[in-house]
Amino acid sequence: MIDWRAYGAVGAGSALGTSLRYQVSLALLALPGPWFPWATLAVNMLGSWLIALFAALAAARLQGRVARWQPFLVAGFCGGFTTFSLFGLELIQLLAESRLLAAFGYGLASLVLWLAAAWHGHGVGRRLAAS
Amino acid sequence: MAVSLLLVAAGGGLGGMLRVAVGNAVSRRLGVAFPWGTLAVNLSGSLMIGLLAGLLGPPLPGEVGSAWSLLAIGLLGGYTTVSTFSLQTLTLWQEGRPRMALANVLATLVPGLCAVAAGAWLAGGLT
Repeated sequence: MIDWRAYGAVGAGSALGTSLRYQVSLALLALPGPWFPWATLAVNMLGSWLIALFAALAAARLQGRVARWQPFLVAGFCGGFTTFSLFGLELIQLLAESRLLAAFGYGLASLVLWLAAAWHGHGVGRRLAAS
Repeated sequence: MAVSLLLVAAGGGLGGMLRVAVGNAVSRRLGVAFPWGTLAVNLSGSLMIGLLAGLLGPPLPGEVGSAWSLLAIGLLGGYTTVSTFSLQTLTLWQEGRPRMALANVLATLVPGLCAVAAGAWLAGGLT
């Protein structure tokens, strides 16, 4: 059962993560070439890496700082920083524009990069915790 | 610019808390052997962003209005999550349950994309 203080921490972390995601999307608008959802791809990959790193650190040190800040860092920051709904909408928009190759590439690259990033982040977290 | 950042942050904070509330409620009912909570959040958020895009018109990169900043980028963006999905899929795999991991990927991606498309279609299409 999560208490109201943890809810507050999730809200604050999510507000921060969401704001940062928005800033990344503005910063990457200037990229040359036809529009492609690079920003969402990047935040979802980074967020997947980070959440697995936090999870490995928290699991190794149950009373550690990462474990105590988990609502803010994990459900809050990583949850708000990454987004599934905008990913889905962008993919459907690429399909609606008949950019089939871009849509397929976006979906496949997303899935592979999300999971590879989580796997890598988890390994880094375990090595950090052991050192 | 500053206003839209505030709208995005407010929506994102609220969306994140809603995600935890809905995720916990679903997990309590359906158990934690499979990440039902995250699945429920991502599928419902996908349907809603499709509806919103159909109602407000699809966003043009770089030219988004206040409603889109608050509700789509902020609220639904913060409500849904990829990081938890990735971590839970990895965890299922590491626990020696590769079929459950694959099931989670398929149950998220296929209905998720269908939910966006269905929402947009219900609200009048993306054009």
